[in-house]
Amino acid sequence: MFSLDSLLHNKCMLKEPMTNLITIRDLHFAYGPKPIFTGVDMDMPQGSVIGIMGPSGTGKSTLLRLIGAQVLPSQGEVIFDSEQMASLSRTALYNARQKMGMLFQNSALFTHLSVFDNVAFPLREHTPLTEGMIRDLVLMKLELVGLRGATALMPSELSGGMMRRVALARAIALDPTLVMYDEPFTGLDPIAKGVIVKLIRQINDALGLTSIVVSHDVEDLLKISDLVYVVADGKVIGHGDPHAVQQDSNPQLKQFIQGLPDGTVPFHYPARAYKEDLLS
Amino acid sequence: MMTALQQLGRATLSRLGGVGRAGIFLLKTVLRKPQPIKHLPLLIQELYSVGVLSLIIIIVSGLFIGMVVSLQGYNILAKFAAAEELGQLVALSVVRELGPVVSALLFAGRAGSALTAEIGLMKTTEQLEAMSMMGVDPLRRVILPRLWAGFISMPLLSLVFCLCAIFGGYCVGVLWLGVDAGSFWSNMQGAVDFRVDVLSGVIKSIVFGFVVTWIAVFQGFDAAPTAAGISRATTRTVVFGSLAVLGLDFVLTTLMMGGW
Repeated sequence: MFSLDSLLHNKCMLKEPMTNLITIRDLHFAYGPKPIFTGVDMDMPQGSVIGIMGPSGTGKSTLLRLIGAQVLPSQGEVIFDSEQMASLSRTALYNARQKMGMLFQNSALFTHLSVFDNVAFPLREHTPLTEGMIRDLVLMKLELVGLRGATALMPSELSGGMMRRVALARAIALDPTLVMYDEPFTGLDPIAKGVIVKLIRQINDALGLTSIVVSHDVEDLLKISDLVYVVADGKVIGHGDPHAVQQDSNPQLKQFIQGLPDGTVPFHYPARAYKEDLLS
Repeated sequence: MMTALQQLGRATLSRLGGVGRAGIFLLKTVLRKPQPIKHLPLLIQELYSVGVLSLIIIIVSGLFIGMVVSLQGYNILAKFAAAEELGQLVALSVVRELGPVVSALLFAGRAGSALTAEIGLMKTTEQLEAMSMMGVDPLRRVILPRLWAGFISMPLLSLVFCLCAIFGGYCVGVLWLGVDAGSFWSNMQGAVDFRVDVLSGVIKSIVFGFVVTWIAVFQGFDAAPTAAGISRATTRTVVFGSLAVLGLDFVLTTLMMGGW
């Protein structure tokens, strides 16, 4: 029988020191006049769970879009699996994306398709498999996320946590080398969040993936990550294993990790003097 | 004064930018290599949703418009003792003008707005982005079948509209007002020329179908990914689609009548 535990057991030998699946060098990106990244360097080793943290609006989700080449950097390079993403032709880019899975913040399930058809979608699009084989694969992926019994349900009938799990099953349908999670814990109750946290780590190890998890949920992210990057003000302000990041003395990093309301990131939005504003 | 000029310039540039984006979008879409075996089921599905589901409004509108044209025409023709020419009047009005134009306006309101809302919602809920991240081209998978479904459906809907309108005209003129059935049909047969009248109506409906569907899918794809964005895009589809149909109708009619 196909089970997560057996996969985890078989996976032990795969956890060797690895080369970088993704290398980012001198990354610059701006939305119009607003700079998002101003010289970011990152190395993401194969087989790891990499956590990307940082305050809201610092470009964490944009980083995933840059890796998937949905947006292109104004300077610098993003190399995925030895390919420079920005220079790929459309066909080569779509081929490269078949090696990636992405879990969107709102799951992005196809609302007109059932759970089964959502997970089967990439298989039907990219493989010549028969319907019988697709059925078996879909059931295996849904078993991994604990939703084998929900094949006939429509997305509108699912809870937020279930939608994320279906989206996760769809993201791993083609057995990608990389899975990117955009804010996977947002809006979930503690049980659903616990399930997703566990699944990210277990599926990464069981299937030999590399996972990038973008979140500002510090506690959960530190729990499952092998390597953490903290991004703020367009730069990486800290990186390393979770323990090293927690011990870092950088005040900006400390404020974020400890969740302090005021510090180098001010509580107040820039404004003229309070007294002046009240008396005007 | 300067501010008003600046605003006018900005608005004009923005509109021109929109037209340019729409042109590039169309070019990118139609240049995608089709995959007939994979996409035929999608095309059939879209033909159903764009074409078959528009049938009711087309049939009912066609019937009523034919009935009204017949009633109005009868009152005028009867004054000149030419009520027998009613069949000719109904057929020519419907086949040359009312059929292609009214069915295109109804198509923009029913199918065009539905296409825009559907694509806009897919964009808002990141379904198009998810598809693209799976290595599936949304232009080929989502837009192309809808575009072809619109091109194919519109002329057929226009023909259905014309048939229903002529039948409506027959019901009022012959069955109700007592015009002789033989005169009604024989005058119609004698006056309507296939090449000049029917074919020009079909050409018009093909052009209208192309433009309305293009506007609808582009507005959906270009919509701001918010509820208000979808609402604005849907409105634009109906307004721009209707204006384009009426404007093009004048241009095509002039060309067909040898005015230019």
